Formats: sequence, structure tokens, C-alpha cells
Amino acid sequence: MNTVLVIVALATVATAAAAMSRPSLLNCVLLLTVSWTGIAAFYLWAGAEFAAFAQVLIYVGAISMALMFAVLLTRRTRSDFPPARASGSRAAYAILAGAAVAAVLLAAVARSSVAAAPAPGPASTVRQLGVQLMGPHAAALLVVGVLLTVALIGAVVLAAGAGPARPEGTR
Amino acid sequence: MSPLQICLAFSSALFAVGLAGALARSNSILVLLGIELMLNAANLNLIAFWRFSPHGSPSTGVVFVVFAIAVAAAETAVGLALVISIYRHQQDIRLEEATRLKG
Repeated sequence: MNTVLVIVALATVATAAAAMSRPSLLNCVLLLTVSWTGIAAFYLWAGAEFAAFAQVLIYVGAISMALMFAVLLTRRTRSDFPPARASGSRAAYAILAGAAVAAVLLAAVARSSVAAAPAPGPASTVRQLGVQLMGPHAAALLVVGVLLTVALIGAVVLAAGAGPARPEGTR
Repeated sequence: MSPLQICLAFSSALFAVGLAGALARSNSILVLLGIELMLNAANLNLIAFWRFSPHGSPSTGVVFVVFAIAVAAAETAVGLALVISIYRHQQDIRLEEATRLKG
């Protein structure tokens, strides 16, 4: 059981690290899609099928497509879009910061005495989840719906821009 | 190591990779991707603690993660719209070029 978890974790972290270090933007987005699939596999391993489904649908399906569109819309010709090279010292400092955070977190995890895992773990069916969402969490669900609507309308307004200036007297 | 510790180490590593990526890259789309990776690492923690909690309620962790994914999707949509808006003004999405408001 742990072998599956370790394999999924290593594959996910490796693809994420590769994505963050590739010079080409399209490679980054594709590798990150693989990494998000790995996270969905982790959710499946943990018994959270609905979360895995949402991860695949939203991250692997929707967000990766939106990122592709953004990458393709914001590049000009191939020649005048050089791969974004971070300056050397900046990348070094960033890796240093990442390594420091990782060291602190991993040390804390290794030294903490978490209780041993229960054998079966909680099981969640989609029916239970729906009852939870529509019962105790109904207000939060409504707020998230409003948030998504406002965010998407705002995104359309931002991306559409002001448009060309209209001549005077016309509507 | 117990499985919970492996899960937590996994999410810590993913968070560190996202942080390093967000700080190192100058392309604003890649900075956004690094932030997404950090959000995903937080979701991993939620699921791991839900899975291994001694007396967890049936679907608390999944509800948390579903809401977090919805908010992350909204954030990505607005972030990409901002990137496209910056591109229209600057013809460039590198963060070094977006210095018009610099004091």
C-alpha cells in the first residue's frame, strides 16, 4: 500500500520539478498536467473518489486548457519570444528559499508524533457528500457559486478590455 | 515512516517546488502555475488528515477540498485574465517589464 503512495508521490514531485525548470512554456503546462493527474491518483489512493474526479475535471481538463489559451494568446512569433530566462542569482535564491522551506517542513513532519493510521479510514460516498453539501454546507455552496460567477464575469471584463475608442456621437 | 508522514512529506515537497518555481521564474504564467502547485499541496494535506484522522466525519475533507478547488479555479481565471490584460498593455508578460507602478 505504501509502495503505491511513494511511487505516486515521487512521480508527481518529479514532474512538478521538471515543469518548473523547463524553459518552454508549453512543456511546463503539459508537465504540470501530468503532475495534477498524479495528485488525482493520490486522491484515489486515499479513497476520496469525488475529489479525484473534481481534480481531473477542473485541473487536468479546464485549467490546463485555459493555461494553453493564455500561453498561445500571449506569445508573438517564435523568434521574438525567447524562453524566459530567469537571472542566475534570482533562480539560486529561489531554490535556496524552496530548499529552506522544504527542510523546515520535512523536519517538522519527521519529528512530529502523529497517531498511527486507523485501519479502514473514513469512507465517503457521493450520496453522503451530496447530503453534506446540500445540508450543513448549503450556505457555503451558494457563496462559492456567487464567487465563481463574479470571478468569471470579472475575468471576461478584464480580458475583453476597453476596446477601441468609439467616435463621438455614436453609441 | 507512517503513511500520514509520507503524505505530509509529499505535500511539503510539492509546496517547496511550487514556491521555488513561483520565485524563480519571471514569466507571469509560470508564477501563477507555482501558486497553483502550492494550493494543490495544501489540498493534499486536507485529504491526508481526513483519511488518517482517528474519528473523522464521513466527508469533511472532501468538502474542504471541493471548495478549495472551486476557489482555485476562480483565482486562475482572474489571474489569466490579468496576464492577458498586462500583455495587451505591455506586449510582454515578463514580470520585469511590468514596472509602470514602481515607486
